This record gives sequence, C-alpha cells and structure tokens, in this order.
Amino acid sequence: MNVPAQETPFETVRDVVIENPVISAQQLDFWYGQSQALFANDLDIAPRKVTAIIGPSGCGKSTHLRVYNRIFEQYRGQRAVGRVLLDGQDLLAPGTDVIALRRRVGMIFQKPTPFPMSIFENVAYGVRLHFAFSRKELEQKVEESLRAAALWDEVKDLLHKPGTALSGGQQQRLCIARALAMSPEVLLMDEPTSAIDPVATARIEELVLQLKERLTVVIVTHNMQQAARISDNTAFFHLGRIIEFGATAKMFTNPSHPKTEEYITGRFG
Amino acid sequence: MTELRLSHRPATARKALDVFVRAFSVLSAALGIFFLFWILWVVLQKGHTVLSWSFFTSAPPSPGEGVGGIKYALVGTLKMTGLACLMGVPVGLLTGVYLAEFGRHGAFASGVRFCVNLLMGIPSILVGLFAYTIIVLAAPRHYSGNAGAFALAIIMLPTVARTSEDMLLLVPDALRESALALGIPRWRVITGILFRAARKGLLTGVLLSVSRVSGETAPLLFTALNNNFYPKDLSQPTANLTVTIYNYAMSPYDNWQRVAWGASLVIMAFLLGVTLLLRFILKERHRS
Repeated sequence: MNVPAQETPFETVRDVVIENPVISAQQLDFWYGQSQALFANDLDIAPRKVTAIIGPSGCGKSTHLRVYNRIFEQYRGQRAVGRVLLDGQDLLAPGTDVIALRRRVGMIFQKPTPFPMSIFENVAYGVRLHFAFSRKELEQKVEESLRAAALWDEVKDLLHKPGTALSGGQQQRLCIARALAMSPEVLLMDEPTSAIDPVATARIEELVLQLKERLTVVIVTHNMQQAARISDNTAFFHLGRIIEFGATAKMFTNPSHPKTEEYITGRFG
Repeated sequence: MTELRLSHRPATARKALDVFVRAFSVLSAALGIFFLFWILWVVLQKGHTVLSWSFFTSAPPSPGEGVGGIKYALVGTLKMTGLACLMGVPVGLLTGVYLAEFGRHGAFASGVRFCVNLLMGIPSILVGLFAYTIIVLAAPRHYSGNAGAFALAIIMLPTVARTSEDMLLLVPDALRESALALGIPRWRVITGILFRAARKGLLTGVLLSVSRVSGETAPLLFTALNNNFYPKDLSQPTANLTVTIYNYAMSPYDNWQRVAWGASLVIMAFLLGVTLLLRFILKERHRS
C-alpha cells in the first residue's frame, strides 16, 4: 500500500467488455488523509445487471462504492481522484449537483437505518423533497415503493407505526423501499445482508433479482455464495486494486488470476 | 531486573483496612445525603406554613402585615426565564449543531468547544456584572427584566450547546449517511431527522439549563433588580423569586422572612419536578 501506483505496473484481468456502461470508473484513486486506499480502479457497471464487488476486508470494496454517490465527501480528509462517469458525465467534476446525483444513485447500508418516524413517513420524507406530488400521488408512490421492496403486505396496516418497530430484515426492506421511492437509476448496496438473518437475507436476494428488471445494482458483499447467486458480473478487489473483473459464472468456476482463485477457494480473506 | 519482593502484610491488617475504607466511604456518602435532607427538611418546615393558593395569586405583603403572596415574583421569574430561553436555546442549539455536524474535529470547532467550556465555568456574578455594564449602564440607564433575561441566557447557552452536541453525536453516522444518500439536503437531514432522533436528549439539555438558571440570584441582583409591582413589561426592573428571597430573608420583618422561606420551597419543588421529569425522559429513552 505504501508503493505509489505508478511504480508498480498493474493490469486488471478483464474477461468481459461492458457495452454502454451506466457507471464507468476511470483511473480512480482514493485517499484517506495521507494513506491511499484505491489505486487506478477501472470498472464499468452494466445497465440493468447486478455487479458484485468482492474481496477481503479492507480491500477497498466499500470505499469504491462510496465514491459513486459521493457520500464519502462528508468526512474530512477523504478524497477521490480520477473520473467516474454516470451516463457519460463525470460525477466527480466540480459543480455536480450532489443532491440530484444521490436521487439518481441510491444507497443501502450494512445496518438498516429507519428514520425516527412512521413507516409511511420513512418512505414519504425524501419523496416530498424531490417531487411535487399531491397527497394522493404521494400515497400511491409510497405503496408502489413498499410493493417493489416486497414489504407492502406486511406493513399495509401498520403504516403509521414507527419504522423502528419492524424486524431487522423488514427494516432493511423499508430502507430499500425508501431508496426506490426516489426512482433511482442505480442502487448501491454496501453489504446489505450482513446484519440480517439467513431467511431475511434470502428475501433480499430475491428482491435484488427482481430489481434488476428496472434498475442497475452494484452490491458489495463478503459472502461469495451471495455474489455467485445474484450477480451477473463480479469485480475482485485486493489491496485497493481491481485484480479481476468478469462474468460471475466464469469467475467462480474458472478464475483467471491466481489471487482470485485463492480468495474464492477460501485460502485467504 | 528489579527484584520482586512480596510484602507480607498480615491478612488481618489487610481486612481491617478494607473494613475501615469501606466504612469511611459509606459514611461520607451518608453525610452528603444527610445534608441534602437537612436542607429539604428546613425549607419544608419553614416554608410550608405560608403555602396556600393565595400565596401564588397575591401581591407581596407590606412589612409586618400578613404574608400576601409571590405572584409578581413568580410571573417575573417565569417571564425572564422564558425570554432567556428564547435567546439562549436557539443560539446554544445551533452551536451544538455546528460542533457536532459541521465543525467536529476542525480547529475552529475545537476553539469554540474550548470557549463554551470556559463560559460554563464563569461565575454567574461576572455574567451579571457584564450584563449590568453593557445593558443597564447603557441608555436609558436603568435596571430591567430584559437585562436579567440576557444574563440568564448567557448562563444557559453553554449548557444547551454542550448537551446538544453530545446528544447529536450519539446519533449514529449511519443515520446521517442514509439520509444524505437519499439526496436530502444537509439542513433537512439535521432539522428533520437528527433533531427527531435526538429529541429527548435535546429537551434534556434545555431542561437542565432551565433548572440551572432557576436558582440564579447573583446575575439578577444588578440587572433585573426587583420590583413591588406586577411585571407587565420587562423593560422595567422586574420582580423575581430569587432576589425576593434575598431581600426578604435579610429584612427584619417576620412576615417577609416567612415569604422568603415559602418562595424557597417553591423553587425547590420546581427543581425537584424538573429532576424527576428528566429521569422520566431519560428512562423512556433507555427503554426504546
């Protein structure tokens, strides 16, 4: 990590070419103060597919994901250098409307974080700020989002109960509903099931597969079976570099890079 | 290498010391409680004789004639405390917001935090002197409830600022991030979501600061002063409980002294009420 990127010639192994990527990270470096966490990441995210980011702890998976909606910016000393194109526009360019960017690129976090308000308000709060809806339209949007997050049937009679009253898995689907209500084009998921039991995890995986019909998903996961089950493409990160990027089916059966194989077979990480 | 030497203190001596230390600390604790109850007892004993509904609704008595009531002082104190809240709470709250949400570890925030701590330690009589100098001595050169409220607001400010900061910092960053990630602007995240998440803690800070100023006398002595008339207007010297207690308790008239005890009891009951309310609020939070 102490060796500057330029001095180590490095080439990501690529087994797949992405046509018309929604997001395209180009030569992305990332710094936490003086320490560099990402080195020249090049990654294309295919539209309406699920792209998984895997790799051992501390390899930069989350760091990479957190550049896509510029959420890292609220912390002092964190800095992204390079280009990240969203529909051809560099989202790191100065003058980018971050509020609009975050409406288009939603994010789900490790731990469910319902807002301290009712289930209805959890979904409606952001919608009201971004869209000029009538009360009726707002109610429709909330229902539609809760349905899309496979939560409606469980909460339709509890809409005015606090969001914190739900179970962990339900809370995470509430967060997904909340994000979907903004009509995002991309949904970033940062280990969305690591704090949730296996049954609830299965429901969320199912949901991700449904979601890719309408939007693009990028999911960071520690769980390789999960990546294998739900993703179309996978990027393997190690020490801040993208070692290998390819179709999930190929990577999990026949990885090209020895490091990838070691990680997938559980020899490190 | 230093040689390890075991001290062969006999077990009986060690046990005796243990008993002694334990007994001494229990005794010290009991002593603290003892004085608290003694004070409560004296105030209750001396104050309860004047308590009645009319004590809260009557004008102050003339020297030597009956007990009258503390209506004017009570209203004056409430009005000044209310005005102090209107000035001190927003500034204190926004200071807390700056420290927790914007400044955090920055150099300016550290400076502000240091100053707030300093302000918290300034004796209240100095705050009173300050308000006296810049408000009372300025035109139209007279004592006023406004000056008193200003002094109280300065005393409230650091308490509100520090508790607000602490309570906002208790809200996990994950909640901030997930709100920001929805494209909610920073100020809406703070006012709409973080304030709501921390509302009990924020209310606690306000109540703490109110209870802190409710017994303050020194800063009112040369700002609000006191008054024998109903406090219609805070631009005049304003009747208040603490200076009333001070004046009446020092007077030679028996009936005034009794009123002073009664007013003391009222303040004490108020503080007790606030403390119980705080306990209740904080317990609620632990449960949820």
